[in-house]
Amino acid sequence: MSRYIPGLTAPAQTDMPVLLSPPAPPHKTGTLNFSQWLAAIPLWVPVLVLAAALVWPMYSYAQSVTPTHDSPLEVLWRWIPFLLTRGFVFTVIISVLTMALGTVLGVFLGLGQVSLFRPVRIASYWITQTFRNSPWLVLLFIVMLSFPFQITLFGVTIPVPDWAKAVFGLSLPIMANISEIVRGAIASVPSAQWEAAESLAFTRRQTLFEIILPQCIKRMIPPWMNWYAILTMATPIVSILGVEEILNLTRQAIEAENNRPELLVPFYGFVLMVFFLYCYPIARLTIRLERKFALKL
Amino acid sequence: MTWTPDQPIVALTNVHKSFGTFEVLKGISMNIMKGEVICIIGPSGSGKSTLIRCINALNNIQGGSIMVEGQEVHDDKLDRLALRKKVGMVFQQYNLFPHKTALENVMMAPLKVLKQDKREVEIRARDLLKKVRLEGKENSYPGELSGGQQQRVAIARSLAMNPDVMLFDEVTAALDPETVKEVLVTIKDLAAEGMTCILVTHEMGFAREVADHIYFTDKGVIVEHGPPETFFDNAKDPRTKEFLSQIL
Repeated sequence: MSRYIPGLTAPAQTDMPVLLSPPAPPHKTGTLNFSQWLAAIPLWVPVLVLAAALVWPMYSYAQSVTPTHDSPLEVLWRWIPFLLTRGFVFTVIISVLTMALGTVLGVFLGLGQVSLFRPVRIASYWITQTFRNSPWLVLLFIVMLSFPFQITLFGVTIPVPDWAKAVFGLSLPIMANISEIVRGAIASVPSAQWEAAESLAFTRRQTLFEIILPQCIKRMIPPWMNWYAILTMATPIVSILGVEEILNLTRQAIEAENNRPELLVPFYGFVLMVFFLYCYPIARLTIRLERKFALKL
Repeated sequence: MTWTPDQPIVALTNVHKSFGTFEVLKGISMNIMKGEVICIIGPSGSGKSTLIRCINALNNIQGGSIMVEGQEVHDDKLDRLALRKKVGMVFQQYNLFPHKTALENVMMAPLKVLKQDKREVEIRARDLLKKVRLEGKENSYPGELSGGQQQRVAIARSLAMNPDVMLFDEVTAALDPETVKEVLVTIKDLAAEGMTCILVTHEMGFAREVADHIYFTDKGVIVEHGPPETFFDNAKDPRTKEFLSQIL
C-alpha cells in the first residue's frame, strides 16, 4: 500500500500555496568575517593589482608629450627602500605594540566581564561596549588631543611622541574586542566543567586559570589574529595625526616629486599591495588554525 | 558537637528545594551511616539528581538541613571547599578536563587544591587508574577514551581527593550498554571496600545487588524506602509498585 500524501497520491486538501522555509543566509556569519573574506581571495588577485599599478603609469607616461623626467616606475623604484624601511616597518611596529597593549588590557577587561563582583562586571561590560562601538578615528583624536605632549615624573621630563599616543588610542578598540573574545571563549566552555571543578574543591580562581582558560586559548587565537589583521589595515589612519608611517611618507614622497599626478596610482597602489601582501598570509593562517582547532572540539 | 562515626555521615532532614516557583524537593529526610551504599531511584524529574547535588552544595536548598559529618551544608558561612574535599562526585556526562590526560585529570585536584607532593600524587594516581582497570591509558586524552573508560577516569579523579562519601549521579545513563558493566564493577569494588556511596541510578539489578538501602522518590518526596529485598519484592505503596512494574 502506498503512503497517503495529499497533493501527490491524492487530491490536495487545500489550494493554499505551500510556505517554503526561507533560504539559508548567503554568508556564514562568524567572528572571522574579515579574515574569511581576505583568505578567500585567490592568489592571482594580487598579481592583477600589481599589473594594473604598472600599466597605468606607463600609459600616462606615453601620453605625456615631452618626456623630460623619469618614468613613474623609476621614481617609485627610487622611493621603495625608503617607504619600506622607514614607513612600513614603522607601521608594523605600531600594529604590534598596539596589539600587545590591547591584548593585555583586553584580557583584564574580559576577565572583569566574568567577575562575580557586580560593579566590576558591569563596569567592564560598559567599557567594552563603549570602545567596541566607537569610531576609531574619534577615539584617536580624543587621545591625541587630550594627552600631554610630555610628562614630568619626579623632576624628569619624558616626551610623549605622537606614535605612542597613536598606539594607545588604537589599542582602546582592540582592548574592547579582545575583551569580548575572552568573555565569549570563557562562556563557550560548558558549565559542566565549572561544576566538575567545583565538586573537586577548586576555587573559582583556580577553576578559571587551571581549567577554563587553558581550554579556551586555542579558541581565542584565530579571532585574535583576525583582529590583528583588521588593526594593521587600520593603522594608516594615524597618518592623519602626523605619525610618519607608510601612508604619510608616501604622500611626502609624492610631494617631493612635485606632485606629478601620474605618480598617485603607482605609489598608493604600491602601499595597497604592501598591506595586502602582509595581511593575506595572516588571514590564510587564521582560517587554517580556525579549521584545525574546530576539529579538535 | 563533633561528629562520631556512630552518627549518620550524611543526614537530611526535611529538605525543601525550589527552582523559582517549582518545588522540586518537598521535605526529604534520610540518614546514611558510614560505609552504607544507598540507591535513590524514581521516575525522571522526581528530583533525584537535585537531591544529591544538594549534598555537596552544587545546589542550595530553601529549607531543612543537610549535615555531612556533623557540618551543616545549608549555611551561608559554610566552607564549601572543606565540604567538597570530603564529598566526591561523579557526573552523568563524566565532565573530564579535555585538555588534560587521564593521569593529569586524576592528579590535578590533589596537586592544585590539596597542594600535595607531586611524586606521591603521581604514585597514587597511577594506583587509582590501575584500580579502575585503566592501566596503560594514563597518557590518553579524554577524547581518545570510550564513555565507560572516561567515566572510570572520573571515578578515579574523584577518589584521588580521598573523599569520605561518594555521590554518583546517573553515572551509567550516558553509556553504551556494553560499557555500563565495567563502570558498575568499579563502583561495586568501591562499595566492597567500605566507601559510603550515594547513587542515583536506573540500574535496578545493580541497585538490588549492591545497595544496603533503596529510596524511591516521586514528585519531590520519598515514597518508600527499605532494604533491597523488601523493597523490590514487597513494595507497599501503589506508586512504587507501578514504577517497578514498568521497568522490571
